Amino acid sequence: MKVLVPVKRVIDYNVKVRVKADQTGVELANVKMSMNPFDEISVEEAIRLKEAGTATEVIAVSLGAQQCQETIRTALAMGADRGIHVLHDGDLEPLAVAKMLKAVVDKEQPELVILGKQAIDDDANQTGQMLAALLGWGQATFASKIEMGAGEAKVTREIDGGLETISLKLPAIVTTDLRLNEPRYASLPNIMKAKKKPIDQFSPADLGVDPAPRLETLKVEEPAKREAGVTVADVAELVSKLRTEAKVI
Amino acid sequence: MHFGLSEEQEMIVSTVRDFVETEIYPHEAEVERTGEVRPELAEAIKQKCLDIGFYASNFPEEVGGGGLNHLDFALVERELGRGSMALTHFFGRPQNILMACKGDQIERYLTPAVKGERMDALAMTEPGAGSDVRGMTCSAKRDGGDWVLNGSKHFISGADHADFIIVFVATGEDDTPRGPKKRITTFLVDRGTPGFTIRDGYKSVSHRGYKNMILEFDDCRLPDAQVLGEVDGGFEVMNEWLYATRITVATMAVGRARRCFDMGLAYAAERKQFGQAIGKFQGISFQLADMITEIDAADWLTLASAWRLDQGLPANREIASAKVYASEMLARVTDATLQIYGGMGLMDDFPIERFWRDARVERIWDGTSEIQRHIISRELLRPLGA
Repeated sequence: MKVLVPVKRVIDYNVKVRVKADQTGVELANVKMSMNPFDEISVEEAIRLKEAGTATEVIAVSLGAQQCQETIRTALAMGADRGIHVLHDGDLEPLAVAKMLKAVVDKEQPELVILGKQAIDDDANQTGQMLAALLGWGQATFASKIEMGAGEAKVTREIDGGLETISLKLPAIVTTDLRLNEPRYASLPNIMKAKKKPIDQFSPADLGVDPAPRLETLKVEEPAKREAGVTVADVAELVSKLRTEAKVI
Repeated sequence: MHFGLSEEQEMIVSTVRDFVETEIYPHEAEVERTGEVRPELAEAIKQKCLDIGFYASNFPEEVGGGGLNHLDFALVERELGRGSMALTHFFGRPQNILMACKGDQIERYLTPAVKGERMDALAMTEPGAGSDVRGMTCSAKRDGGDWVLNGSKHFISGADHADFIIVFVATGEDDTPRGPKKRITTFLVDRGTPGFTIRDGYKSVSHRGYKNMILEFDDCRLPDAQVLGEVDGGFEVMNEWLYATRITVATMAVGRARRCFDMGLAYAAERKQFGQAIGKFQGISFQLADMITEIDAADWLTLASAWRLDQGLPANREIASAKVYASEMLARVTDATLQIYGGMGLMDDFPIERFWRDARVERIWDGTSEIQRHIISRELLRPLGA
């Protein structure tokens, strides 16, 4: 069974994000970039499936600028077998990404695509669901546990108020939640091997997809600064402030 | 000329950085408080390091190591330098000198050290022989076909966890035109060898939990099979293999300085006095500028010296320059960061006071600043006949 794992290059989670002076977006110059943490969880899960003998090949795919190859290499250093890079400079929206991933799926015929539930840059949480719709496959989003069976997968999902376990026929789409696993460190031998693993490169045109954005960003602003809190004397004052000032009760 | 890291190097750096931040930082306060590393914790760090194939990354692949060259290994140690030495000690880096193992020494010492089954320590310093290594009085004398060791060593880092020690002792004396000169031989001594005791050393102001031990030899009998290298060839073994350990001090100083600096920088941007961030006062901002400049300078000096070793170029002076500059830079950076923190910098709520204390030993061990300056100036003056 082939497993396809899309990996996105995003601003590192440790970086304090700043809005550009002209408000067209966030500052990316000289900023540390890393693999989206949810995608690391996807890569880890795919490698575990391979180690368990369930998966035969793990393919990491990334869409975007040339530097996305670094993100693919990171996946290869963790243990993925090969990479696919769709080169595109400029913004990519979830629908364009899903369309291009569909084209990659048509080419590679994986039985499972594991995506992060969302990327920590735009937090869209759309790509997995859109890809499932475009392919007409079953989807299990926000997975905290995946068990593979014959021709099916049993997935435990994190939902409001608890856990839901569903069974879905393969091929299928799974998106990962935080508690699915703890991604491994790249090992030194795998780091050294990563360079030798192949990365195929395509353009959106090769995949027959027009990546032009459908949305226009008018302005990016920083969220309002949180104001300092106040200490209340007792419960009565707290309740009164919640009612009269915060107006939440 | 190319100053960037390769993709592999970037991944090595980010992997070791992640490891240190995740596996080392959370336990540092405990080590500082207790002065100990719990055996389970030590074992866990070691096992995780083995699992990711970074154990003995400084050894060639042919003997089971990670096969990193000096430059790549310096990058590993730079990241390790960010964390507590007592803990990063278990991110195993056996002494390169074990490559001098021959015959069944390979199976008994080299291979188990590389596999993390046996830990080593290196013993050279004595109470009466610090910078003056040849002044050592710990000696081995022939008795029958064996050697009998007597004397003591101190400041032996890592000996508390070591299964065997690489010990340098005097095995004779030659008369030279410049006076008597001791002959030195290197021995491999197993913990538990009769006549050999390892006991607690002193309490150091630097690197709590990274203990310095005292070794005592009292008619400790060793066969020829325990000699590492040639009899009386201790200096050759030392020069061939211990040459590069100063890069360790330099590169770890750079890593620690960077961690300390980042905290100072963040604090300067956040701490407000007189109605503004203290980083806006020139008295602070210029210090930050000087600090990062010195850190970068020490970084490049160190990496360049490691690179020279990889190229087979002479590097003795360059390594000495890196060691003296990086260790002294660390002293200045930790002191300046403490000053930015003000009184809080002295309190153990923050690791700044620890960085400041830990920095002090770096100018002393692995060759004092004075010895490094001696090496540098000697290399400059000798060709001129001075």
